[in-house]
Amino acid sequence: MASISDDRARAAAPGAAVERAPLRLPKGWAYLPLALVLLTFPLYANGFWIVQIGAYSMILGIIALSLMFLAGYGGMVSLAQMSVAGCAAYFFAILGHSSAEAISLGWSAWLTLPLSLLIATAFATMIGLLASRTAGIYTIMITLAIAVAFFYFTRQNYDLFNGFNGFAQVEPPHFFGLDWRQPLPFFYLTLVVSALCYAAVVYLRRSTFGLTVQALRDNQRRMRALGYHVTGHQVAAYAASGFMAALGGLLLVWLNTRISPGTIGVGPVIDILIIAVLGGLRHPIGPFVGALAFVLLDNFAIDLIDRERFNTVIGLCFLAVVLFSPDGLLGLWEEARAALTRERRPRD
Amino acid sequence: MTMLSRRSLMTAAAVAVLAWGAVGPAQAQETIKMGALATLEGAFAVLGQDSMRGVKLALQQHNYMAGGKKIELIEGSSDASPDSAIRAAKKLVEQDKVDVLVGPLSGSEGLAIKDYAKEHLGTSFVNGTSAAQDTTLRDPAPNFFRFTTDGAQWQAGLGEYAFKNKGYKKVVTVAEDYSFPYTQVLGFMNDFCRLGGHVVDKFWVPIGNKDYSSIVYSIPSDVDAIYVALGGADAVNFLTQYEQAGGDKPMIGGSITVDQTVLGTKGKKRDYLIGTPSAGPIADNWDNPEWKKFVKAYQDAFPDGFPSPSLFAHGYYISTLAVLESLDAVKGDLSNDQAKLREYMSTHEFDTPTGKVHLDQNRQAVADIFLTEVAANDKGQLFNKVVKIIPQVNQTLGMDRDKFLAMGPVSRDNPSCP
Repeated sequence: MASISDDRARAAAPGAAVERAPLRLPKGWAYLPLALVLLTFPLYANGFWIVQIGAYSMILGIIALSLMFLAGYGGMVSLAQMSVAGCAAYFFAILGHSSAEAISLGWSAWLTLPLSLLIATAFATMIGLLASRTAGIYTIMITLAIAVAFFYFTRQNYDLFNGFNGFAQVEPPHFFGLDWRQPLPFFYLTLVVSALCYAAVVYLRRSTFGLTVQALRDNQRRMRALGYHVTGHQVAAYAASGFMAALGGLLLVWLNTRISPGTIGVGPVIDILIIAVLGGLRHPIGPFVGALAFVLLDNFAIDLIDRERFNTVIGLCFLAVVLFSPDGLLGLWEEARAALTRERRPRD
Repeated sequence: MTMLSRRSLMTAAAVAVLAWGAVGPAQAQETIKMGALATLEGAFAVLGQDSMRGVKLALQQHNYMAGGKKIELIEGSSDASPDSAIRAAKKLVEQDKVDVLVGPLSGSEGLAIKDYAKEHLGTSFVNGTSAAQDTTLRDPAPNFFRFTTDGAQWQAGLGEYAFKNKGYKKVVTVAEDYSFPYTQVLGFMNDFCRLGGHVVDKFWVPIGNKDYSSIVYSIPSDVDAIYVALGGADAVNFLTQYEQAGGDKPMIGGSITVDQTVLGTKGKKRDYLIGTPSAGPIADNWDNPEWKKFVKAYQDAFPDGFPSPSLFAHGYYISTLAVLESLDAVKGDLSNDQAKLREYMSTHEFDTPTGKVHLDQNRQAVADIFLTEVAANDKGQLFNKVVKIIPQVNQTLGMDRDKFLAMGPVSRDNPSCP
């Protein structure tokens, strides 16, 4: 307890050196119930909850996590993460099997899977090369421009991206004799990929590379003076987060079994930012929390309020979260925990 | 240790709340659940709202009862993208467990829902107004029913009328770049090309396009007319820019081109529009008691609706009506994967405000189509005058099915007669 009170005192002190105390979440064994619930989720949920709520939340969470990594640690808010995810999804359809037989090459999944990840990561790297020349609001603008350009390009290009219709019947590969489209295998596949991405970000945060990226966020000039290659590190961060987004994109196309320009339009691009902000940008669990809240709202707001007004409910919820907790839903957790700790303090 | 267990407790409480929501209450089969899926968001939101009016009008007329059971309506919303339509359909079918789903509204959504229907044979899918051809023509789903006609059927008779009565021999087409306008262009070209007409060029534009200048100046000067299949604001934008550039070629309209937004415009365009032929599944000013009764019922039920039901309200209305009448006929029997209901829907002939409708072997409607022409009434207002009713148009437009299928799937380049 002592260390926490110290932190609080330091944060409260005038001119405190620490701008923001690191977000404190439960550690270690405290996650056991969460892990148990996630692992046993399919036992008591129906197919809709397993796939459309559970798996879909995690997929959006992965893509938002890639944005959280860039924005939270690197200070680079990229709106093109959904485009990178869409790029992977598109190339999986183009190189593999789909309903558009004239375009799809029909290659084996062992080849299309790594290739589509590679192409999407290369795409993210190129975005990084362009965007790392800018900072702040200009990064947002240039990545938004790239996302919109990619959307219109896929919609009007018929030779490669099959225009408005895109690709349908894009099925996940039948690895290890399992049909990964079935709710159960797909849920666990998504869970494993999410856990890996989460672990990767947690690891990267503490790695030399992660620390460098965070230092670049705080003071680029000093880092350059120290001899760090600023652009190089930033582009590498774009590439790493792009790989993560590409994984999310592949899971997304397997979930929907289709990819069309609507998937990567301006709406979905902004949704990813909303999810990341809603959940909180300070901890890698934030995007998953945000995605779950987003998906629940998106699916059930129409049941709460009839007809035309349900989008208003979604908007008001977002507004409320952002208004009352600048750190998103995670911030609310922090406050609740702090309140609880205060209550219990006399006994400690 | 106390710290640890308290944390565990909080995490457990949080996840328990989530898990509790995942277990839905069990439902008894006392009511029949009907899902309605339309575009309540995005560019077609206004049309989606009108679709829901169609569904509700049919249900109100049946007092929300069919086959002796109560009908519970659950609404779903998409934004005209196939992804959103699938998501909404999954929620309605897998979570809300609807027995019948009415929808969707837009062309490419229908193609996606048809694929989805194949995975859920226990539910019946009844199309809303989605009018892409291949939803039912190629690779149909056994539990997907379309009581509305497709975009090609909507244009029946228009090619012939343009060629013979209007004397147009060479035209260019301007249409939006997705499955529904492709189908419309095919419907027009089928007759027009067969009679010897030429479509020398086709211009495809994105939905919501604002700048048509590159197209306006690319239209060859030796064509007789322009076939325009653009919706609402797109049509207004195109016509305004075409007029400003000094264009004077007459227009031939797609089914959603010459609507009230276009007819209500002021200025020189009014004279230009008079005489524009078009065709579709409804005609606002049709002088027929059944149609007038329907319009009156719509106006009474929805004072805040359109002055007259759109083809979307009409499409959803007849689709819902067909479901309700079929449920009445089979006394709400949904046993054995709704076999009786499907049998009845597939074989029965229904009376609608726009004439008789029955389904073909692919569960696609055969219905009357209205050929109209823009005229001015005595007050000077423009309206679509019914020229001719083409009776019982089928999906192959009167052609032999095998020959029709041999022409290949409709696309930007198919058909072609330059």
